Amino acid sequence: MQKIVTAVVKPFKLDDVKAALQQAGVTGMTVTEVQGFGRQGGHTEVYRGAEYQVDFQPKVRIEVVCAADRVDQVIDAISQGARTGKIGDGKVWVTEAERVVRIRTGEMGDDAI
Amino acid sequence: MDIDSGATAWVLTSSALVLFMTPGLAFFYGGMVRSKNVLGMLMQNVFSMGVVSVLWVAVGFSLAFGDGGSLIGDLSLAGLGDLGREGFTLPGYVDDLALTIPPVAFAIFQMMFAVITPALITGAVADRMRFAAYAVFIAAWSLLVYAPVAHWVFSPTGWLFALGALDFAGGAVVHINAGAAALVLCLVLGRRKGWPATPMPPHNLPFTVLGTGILWFGWFGFNAGSALGANGLAAQAFLNTNTAAAAGMLGWLVVERVRTGHATTLGAASGAVAGLVAITPCAGFVGGTSAIAIGAVASGLCFLAISLKTKLGYDDSLDVVGVHLVGGLVGSLLLGVFADTSVNSAAADGLLFGGGATLLGKQVVASVVTFAYSAVVTLVLAKLIDLTIGLRVSGEDEDRGLDVSQHAEVAYNM
Repeated sequence: MQKIVTAVVKPFKLDDVKAALQQAGVTGMTVTEVQGFGRQGGHTEVYRGAEYQVDFQPKVRIEVVCAADRVDQVIDAISQGARTGKIGDGKVWVTEAERVVRIRTGEMGDDAI
Repeated sequence: MDIDSGATAWVLTSSALVLFMTPGLAFFYGGMVRSKNVLGMLMQNVFSMGVVSVLWVAVGFSLAFGDGGSLIGDLSLAGLGDLGREGFTLPGYVDDLALTIPPVAFAIFQMMFAVITPALITGAVADRMRFAAYAVFIAAWSLLVYAPVAHWVFSPTGWLFALGALDFAGGAVVHINAGAAALVLCLVLGRRKGWPATPMPPHNLPFTVLGTGILWFGWFGFNAGSALGANGLAAQAFLNTNTAAAAGMLGWLVVERVRTGHATTLGAASGAVAGLVAITPCAGFVGGTSAIAIGAVASGLCFLAISLKTKLGYDDSLDVVGVHLVGGLVGSLLLGVFADTSVNSAAADGLLFGGGATLLGKQVVASVVTFAYSAVVTLVLAKLIDLTIGLRVSGEDEDRGLDVSQHAEVAYNM
């Protein structure tokens, strides 16, 4: 069985997360620039004296597909890499991957990872 | 008077510098709009280089500098064919005012002013004006507003020139004129959908800072070129231009830092432009540290003026009124305070230099008349265009953005 570990983290922590995942033996990941808000809320921008409340913060979403028995290690690596201890560090969650296929070879399951 | 090769070279160079200001302005404004409207903004500015250049050669220059009397020129110079003739002299440019550059060079230099002036208006009407309506508007405005006002103030045969009102490079002709038109046009068009409740932050401030650099650079041609000679007066105007831009930037940043807690890049850019606008009428008439005072005072006042628009509820989207109208007025009026005949003996002394309030009074007249004329004719033009071809894009086109709805293009493709 394979799992998808998805994390939303601070953009400037991406390199640390990547290094931690590589350290943990993860060989691939997908990264997207996203926007959103949680407890951190938004921020204020000022243009020619007018203040705007911007609700969405820029964040990076990382997705890692891994074997079920590797999930704890992946979560630890991401958490370790992304943590600053301040509000807005992000979240990690795990979902089920029903099928995984490597397109080039047709390999399935753990072999496709 | 004989043609001076140095003067001619400088005025031709300055003409190129002034032309470059229009694409600079396009980027200054283009960075401030939302990404779906950036091409619409760039296009409105660049289009002015096309339509006004052609009109200027055809009839615009003749209406502004032809020999028609004190209110407007005539059509005798249409097509500019006569200007290169041996022994040709432009009406009024005789005796002390005799040009040392070819009349053709003068017409080219003035053309670049005619190109950028209507382009200044585009910032007020950003994101919502039909391109067809804009095209008709600036063609008509260039001939019906810019040409006569340039005649009154710049041509020695014009009535404000004869009155003794001073305008070195276009505080009234360019900035008050365009600023008044901007105010009226944005009122007739109405607010952008969602303004002011929905934030519409700039999509690319680096463009705006780049545009500011181009404007500042080009402004040396605008102001120092207006000396129409390669001489000490040109150098003085050059120095004043740079000084006022710098003081304008600092003045804005100080006010902004105190009022909002931050010094912003948009503030630095806006303050520099406000200083440049204000020094435009004064550049060849003031000396010493006057340019510092003019730049700093103008930019502080422009910053405060901008906050009025949300209070009064008019959507001057990119602050053409706040920067160009207010900056132009402040510069034109401060000239009545700081003008110094030891810098330019052809001028008059201002309040601080022993000239009393006489010049200031004339500056008030020129400013008020320019504002009123531009506002009234702009209102008539805007209403006429609105009734015939329609001034404003549909709500749906406004939502989609001007780039795709007016030009069938998108600025940023993945």
